[in-house]
Amino acid sequence: MSQTGRYLIQQISVFSENRPGRLAAIAKALQEEEINILAFFIAEADGFGVVRALVDKPGKAHEKLTGLGFNVAFTQVIAVRMRDVPGGLYEIAKILGDGKVNIEYSYAYSGKEGAVLILRVDNTEQAIRLISTQGATLLESAVFQ
Amino acid sequence: MKCWDPRIEEMPREDLRKLQYRLLKTLVYRLYSFSPFYHERMRAGGVHPDDIRTLGDIRKLPFMVKRDLRDNYPDKLFVSGPDDLVRYHVSSGTTGKPTVVGYTQHDLNNWTTSLARGLVSCGLGRGDVLQVSYGYGLFTGGLGLHYGAERIGATVLPTSVGNTERQIELMQDLHTTAIACTPSYLLHMGEVAEKMGVSIRDDTGLRMGILGAEPWSDTMKKRIEEWLGIRAYDIYGTSELSGPMFCECTEQNGFHVWGDLAYIEILDPETGDPLGPGEKGELVVTMLQKEALPMIRYRIGDITSYDDGVCSCGRTHPRVQRISGRVDDMLIIRGINVFPSQIEYALMGIPQVGQHFQIIVDRKGALDDMLVQVEVSRESFSDKITDLMAIRKGVEHKLRNTLNVAVNVELVEPGSLPRFEGKAKRVIDRRKL
Repeated sequence: MSQTGRYLIQQISVFSENRPGRLAAIAKALQEEEINILAFFIAEADGFGVVRALVDKPGKAHEKLTGLGFNVAFTQVIAVRMRDVPGGLYEIAKILGDGKVNIEYSYAYSGKEGAVLILRVDNTEQAIRLISTQGATLLESAVFQ
Repeated sequence: MKCWDPRIEEMPREDLRKLQYRLLKTLVYRLYSFSPFYHERMRAGGVHPDDIRTLGDIRKLPFMVKRDLRDNYPDKLFVSGPDDLVRYHVSSGTTGKPTVVGYTQHDLNNWTTSLARGLVSCGLGRGDVLQVSYGYGLFTGGLGLHYGAERIGATVLPTSVGNTERQIELMQDLHTTAIACTPSYLLHMGEVAEKMGVSIRDDTGLRMGILGAEPWSDTMKKRIEEWLGIRAYDIYGTSELSGPMFCECTEQNGFHVWGDLAYIEILDPETGDPLGPGEKGELVVTMLQKEALPMIRYRIGDITSYDDGVCSCGRTHPRVQRISGRVDDMLIIRGINVFPSQIEYALMGIPQVGQHFQIIVDRKGALDDMLVQVEVSRESFSDKITDLMAIRKGVEHKLRNTLNVAVNVELVEPGSLPRFEGKAKRVIDRRKL
């Protein structure tokens, strides 16, 4: 594994129609396999959405959801620890902005690792290099999965 | 003017049948001699022109269906040489291949004559301004009505479709007295006019609508007449017959089918047995004088009934009631024929979506709205919303180009659309006509 490889986290993305009960169906499937959802969000477009989730067993989640007929894809994201104080997000966003790395989307949660920012960027290698050389902390995938 | 051509329109029934027989006989001999397609069909059906000894013997002749036009795309069924053609029109076919109709000068003259008679029969004439809000171009509606109305000396306002506000302004400024369009477009116009603060009933001189190119009901007719304060006349045709051809007279009790131009049968769609007056069945049309693209016993697929009695207007030609349905799954969306098979064919060329689909048709306001649901294939699903949006746009674009009508596309989960083992029922039609 390359230097950056251990920071790459497998996020699952699930295509979902925009109608009642779809999220429940996904969540129920994960529960049945005892898969824990660490963070998730729903991106909504016209008539459909994509549910993006960070889970503890992405391979198993992929298998289960695909078996139920869902469209599932893996996407690589990175996780950065933020200082849980005003300006915490700014520090990370500035590093990436100054380094000309574009954030495609991002979501955050606050858990036992502190405040964590999940990022999908256009240049992951570059993002990892910038963040780790400029004093911020990346979380390894092993923390989650 | 009461009749455009009284000699024909009020011809005694017996003379009309003799004329029809003569025309049929000539047609059959001509096609047996000059059309490889009909020659082969007649031989395969074991019928020779000599076997046609009465008008009723038309039943010995083989049918023709839309598929025959597709299989012989673009012009293999034309009997006239290319030098004799003066026009083409093109309409949608059942799959990717459209239907091409060629016209000789004689064909255009008959088309125009047919409409001249029909327009006079519903009271149009000199001094009238006919706003033609059917599409001009490859579609037959616009140009057909245009020449028919000019022939009888009415003034034509060729607005074609769209830009409804401008249509309403022109209707007021140029004192439109009659409009030709689809019934749903006229209702839409009424709504747009109200939003502009214009009442078609009170603020325009509109007195009649010549409405067709889509199925409509008595309820819709009543609503149009009462709300807009006009008389609504049904007009019927398809590009294979030339275009819009036959129009209701002032009696408003079915459109007269001119017997010197066309011979109609109403058949049981299952057995092919002939049905009598008043019985609902499949309309089968033989065009008695068409030169470039002859049509013998053409099964258009429309369900209706006919009335054989002499009309109180004095015309002796049979009347056909407004179309009440289809024998196949063809849809008419904003006046355009749409076959689910066309959608199937178009989707085959788009690997990002599966071959399954569902069509949901509804009325948004007065206009048809068509939604096509397709499944995103597993291979093409990515996490990116923009990729999914691009797939949707791509499918919309392809369907619009194939069908010539705007379509909304909805992406659904794989496996979520119904699967069919027998005949697929892919259409949910929520329109209340």
